[in-house]
Amino acid sequence: METLSIYAPKLVTSREYIAPGHRACSGCGEVLAVRYVCKALGRNTIISNATGCMEIISTPLPQTSWEVPWIHTLFENASAVASGIESGIKALKRKHGYTKQVKVVAMGGDGGTADIGLQSLSGALERGHDFLYVCYDNEAYMNTGIQRSSETPFGASTTTAPAGKDSMGQHTWKKNMAAIAAAHNIPYVATSCSSYPFDIMSKVEKAVRVKGPSYIHILSVCPTGWRCPSNQTIKMGRLAVETGIFPMYEIEDGKYKLNIDLPVLRPVDDYLKLQGRFRHLTKDSIAEIQAKVVEEYNKVRHLAGLKKVK
Amino acid sequence: MAMKHVGIESSLAIAEAIRLANVDVIAAYPITPQTHIVEGLAEMVADGKLDAEYIPVESEHSAMSSCLGSSAVGARTFTATASQGLILMHEVLLVAASLRLPIVMTVANRALSGPLNIWGDHSDAMITRDSGWIQIFVENGQEAFDQVICSFYIAEHPDVLLPTIINLDGFHVSHVIEPIEMLDQKAVDGFLPPYKRSITLDPDNPVTMGCFAMPNLYTESRKALDTALRDSKKVIYEVWKKYGALTGRHYKAVEKYKVENADTLLVTMGSYSENAMDAIDKMQEEGKKVGLVRVRLWRPFPYDEVIEALSGVKNVIVLDRAISLGGPAPVCSEIRAALYSCKERPQVASIVGGLGGRDISPPDFEKLVETGLEHIKSGKTLETVMFGVRE
Repeated sequence: METLSIYAPKLVTSREYIAPGHRACSGCGEVLAVRYVCKALGRNTIISNATGCMEIISTPLPQTSWEVPWIHTLFENASAVASGIESGIKALKRKHGYTKQVKVVAMGGDGGTADIGLQSLSGALERGHDFLYVCYDNEAYMNTGIQRSSETPFGASTTTAPAGKDSMGQHTWKKNMAAIAAAHNIPYVATSCSSYPFDIMSKVEKAVRVKGPSYIHILSVCPTGWRCPSNQTIKMGRLAVETGIFPMYEIEDGKYKLNIDLPVLRPVDDYLKLQGRFRHLTKDSIAEIQAKVVEEYNKVRHLAGLKKVK
Repeated sequence: MAMKHVGIESSLAIAEAIRLANVDVIAAYPITPQTHIVEGLAEMVADGKLDAEYIPVESEHSAMSSCLGSSAVGARTFTATASQGLILMHEVLLVAASLRLPIVMTVANRALSGPLNIWGDHSDAMITRDSGWIQIFVENGQEAFDQVICSFYIAEHPDVLLPTIINLDGFHVSHVIEPIEMLDQKAVDGFLPPYKRSITLDPDNPVTMGCFAMPNLYTESRKALDTALRDSKKVIYEVWKKYGALTGRHYKAVEKYKVENADTLLVTMGSYSENAMDAIDKMQEEGKKVGLVRVRLWRPFPYDEVIEALSGVKNVIVLDRAISLGGPAPVCSEIRAALYSCKERPQVASIVGGLGGRDISPPDFEKLVETGLEHIKSGKTLETVMFGVRE
């Protein structure tokens, strides 16, 4: 965590668990995030994946990019499938001499996590299964063509909440999934971003070390849906963090820790103006977003015991 | 083999069968009239009588989803549901079949909303018809106990690997206390092989389960599943034969009752068959040439056995405990399809009755047969008769 701003690829395993040759769009932040997650997880992992981009780009029958055991069944049930995997292994260990130490991981996008899959996620967190849930959040239903989700940010234009003469696009604020996960009193919750490989990897390592459920919410830049150049993925994620729009923090046993402490935030316009999904925004709505971002960022700072920023 | 008779509620006898099958994972959500089964199991786990993981999920959708996960790692897996619960898990059922995961489920058949009704009929089972599961209907608690034991053998057989539903009528079977002949643990262990799956989610042999299929492969994967389901009949019959040798209780896909010399055959499925048998006894005493055919195996559908049982007879009267709104009643539709290929086709009357827990007593069955025969005489056999409906 302390080496967050230094990228030292030699420290990272060269072993890949999601093989190249998949069908992700160029500049996909989601597959990047998942790649780092898998590097940190290692081979003794079973993944339950929700329907979405990740499943479509990686598993067209009879091909697969996955080099760890992986199962996809439906859109809204990745956590319930993971519950079954975890319980099955527990029973096999107790009754049938199974000795492998397996990390059970469920994954889904923002739709599969915050919308259609929220119930099964909540159930699995509440029941206390020993598993990690990873949400790779690209802020809309990108797989079906950029429709709004409850994670779509205020003011973004999507195909089901488009900006128009009478609409500024999304008129609700992004759902706070990390807080919802934390409300289940689970031992580990964190946010991260596809532009911060070491942050993702160290958080995944931490998450799988804890006993019980853990949740990591990863902002994953989607150049296709955000309407920005595909060579700007890393920059866009960093701007989301540096503007305070997406604070990176951990909640360990209920205690908040802000991982990147920004005494001064960059103006949100630095981030918004680079993305086509925000291009219709007026000065007034940008000012409204700026005020809300500072307010929300300060809430996290307060929980982490830090002073407010302006 | 020594077996003990126990006076026990059918639901608890089912729970006992699950315990004897040494199930590894149970994931379930309560719903009437299935609840006693999973309550019974929860109690066994709590008392240390059954060593299993019990996942008290937050919905039936998650119940079946958890079953997918546990079955995919190679754990013997069971759940139970009914009615709305079954249709809430419906999309998951199709995946269980396509991933060839041998989950066993008991369904205490119940009507569907609306209006809300907690009592028995076959509406839930009929909506599940095309899900790719092996589906068996039982008539009483003894049969429920027996078929649950058999179903693990069938589902997990390497030539089958298909999920299996045991349908039992809500209340009329689930809540009835009967003298049931239980097998002991030694007998079940000797009969039922352990669940050994060659392909599991295993880090040492990583596999991908649940790829998506483009139009160039989807048809082939559906055909493969259909073939597996049709071919499962052979194993089902083998397992029933072995079970018969062990217990003296012999089960067939289609059962015939007093069909000799009958020119009219009534066709039933599930627990109402027992009332129908009483009615047949009385009608035959009165010299009426009426017999009974009971369908036990619903999927894969036993076309050959149905044709063998029904062809050559003059009249067939089929009772469905489900309505297909705007179309032919489901069981009758299959029977008609089977008989159409016969040279001499019987006349077929379709009767829908016993919906939402409405009883059909033995005297009612006598009326039902008369109604069917009048209907055939009227020549309007394409129409379905609603039995006992007040208009």
